[in-house]
Amino acid sequence: MRQAATPESPPRVPAIRAEGLVKTFPGVEAVCGLDLLVHPGEIFGLLGPNGAGKSTTIAMLCALTRPTAGGLWVAGHDVRTRPAAVRRSIGVVFQKTTLDDKLTVEENLRIHAVLYGVPRRRARERVTAMLALTDLADRRRSLVGTLSGGMKRRLEIARGLLHEPRVLFLDEPTVGLDPHSRAEVWHHVHRMRRESDATVLLTTHHLAEADHCDRLAILDHGRVVALGSPEELRARIGRDSVRVRTEAPERDALTLADGLGVRPTVVDGQVVVQAEDGAAMLPRIVTALEGAVTSVTVSRPSLDDVFLHYTGRSVADQGTAATEPLVTGDDS
Amino acid sequence: MINASPREVGTRLAGEARAVGAVWQREMITFGRERLRLVISLLQPLLILVSLGIGLGAVVPDGETGIGYVTFLFPGVLVMAIQAPAFAAGASILWDREFGFLREMLVAPVRRESLLLGKVLAGTATATCHGAVLLVFAGAAEVPYDPVLLASFVAVLALAAFAMTSLGALLAVSLPNPQTFQAVTGLLLGPLVFLSGAFFPLSGLPSWLDALTALNPLTYAVDAARHVLAARLLGEAPAGLFEGLEVWGSRVPVSVELAVLTGFAVLCLVVAARRFSRPDQ
Repeated sequence: MRQAATPESPPRVPAIRAEGLVKTFPGVEAVCGLDLLVHPGEIFGLLGPNGAGKSTTIAMLCALTRPTAGGLWVAGHDVRTRPAAVRRSIGVVFQKTTLDDKLTVEENLRIHAVLYGVPRRRARERVTAMLALTDLADRRRSLVGTLSGGMKRRLEIARGLLHEPRVLFLDEPTVGLDPHSRAEVWHHVHRMRRESDATVLLTTHHLAEADHCDRLAILDHGRVVALGSPEELRARIGRDSVRVRTEAPERDALTLADGLGVRPTVVDGQVVVQAEDGAAMLPRIVTALEGAVTSVTVSRPSLDDVFLHYTGRSVADQGTAATEPLVTGDDS
Repeated sequence: MINASPREVGTRLAGEARAVGAVWQREMITFGRERLRLVISLLQPLLILVSLGIGLGAVVPDGETGIGYVTFLFPGVLVMAIQAPAFAAGASILWDREFGFLREMLVAPVRRESLLLGKVLAGTATATCHGAVLLVFAGAAEVPYDPVLLASFVAVLALAAFAMTSLGALLAVSLPNPQTFQAVTGLLLGPLVFLSGAFFPLSGLPSWLDALTALNPLTYAVDAARHVLAARLLGEAPAGLFEGLEVWGSRVPVSVELAVLTGFAVLCLVVAARRFSRPDQ
């Protein structure tokens, strides 16, 4: 499929196209040869640890930083030669809030509308529509400083969509939010997607969130190491694991190996059996061990396993907690 | 950019004008909401007017003009009052960066020059307001409430505010964070005010300070404001305290002083805009 790079044929134009994208800072190669194709209308995730090149990629996509080499097009516009056109077609929610706390919800939106040249009447309609979309209509006249973290993030999404961008960037959209607010943000992202045709590109190092994406690219050291839907990525590495806690794991592992023809391992005092269908395997294991089982868990491969598979490291090992607390702990 | 038709240029200019307007609007909303700050910032100039004007005024002889020191001081205090708010407008660029709002502006489809211009124009307006409210107290300094005189004061103040806000913007885009900005402007404020002739005639200073006073934009603002006052009170033959500014031995006309202020402001603004709009890396 040939991709047109001109704005004249919108339906065929990919939301984002990167070819051999490189960004070097003095002494550091932040992005090295990134290739990406994001289709219109999809929720696309860039998953990777800190320093994988996610934020640098977002900065280049916003035409805030110039690529060192390679090509990058957003909604068909080249970020090097048409930065203004690129910026008109995107909405951005940065990792760190960019709202003005001293203005009201409505004032923040109104000033955004003026900055983006949205005609006054249209701006009024859009403000009302976006506040309704993000359930903030009743906070219209509140000072932003009085909103909760979750509301602020929703307001930023409302603002990012105000000028009807083709692509919405969400850079770590739920960092720093409690689980409830986080769920709400996702609720609104999905709702927004149903109600408009905007493409969403988000970055995260939070594996639970990756499941909200239609497709994912796993980034490591500035390049894509895996690409696909969350399901595809899981399927690619794998199988379910059945973890059995028993009195004598070593002996029981041998029993299972003899009786069922599987190859169990013993991890942390538990017998672990890999199987295509863990749930179906479960009764056979319990029967084979004749009631010596104290507890059993069946787990599907997590994206953490996927990440581990492709990068050789666990996402949890990345030491992200130092700069961004509250991001670990609930990717069940 | 390339091959833009006149119509495109027009659309683009309208867009940039709107961007200037957006920034202006935001600053004005905030200014309107922080009236308490305006009141508090009046206290220092008033304190100086009262303590120096009355205290020092008692020992400074009126001379043959019969006009007191407090009247001499008044234009100086007006100019002094715009200093802090003008620099605060510059600092707000750095605070916007600190609190994130700057990114919201930078990622908008407008030129960075427009954003900076909006900031400087809004800062000029608010700083002018800070000086202009002091005109309420003109009577206390035996300055007549003459509309023409008051309007002339406001005009001089606006130019001085433009110059100082532009300087503040230039410092802001050259310095890394608000803390450094505060340190630098803290260092600058004293010399700028004391070597401007706001409190005493510069003719009393040793000649080796001439270069500093001549380079100080506030010198011209203070002298222009004072000249306006002297012309109203004494006619065309100012004397005594109101003798007027001499730079390297020659009298400087008000028109030149206003031109110097404008030139200084535009120079700072252009350099600041160039620095501000340099792309990252």
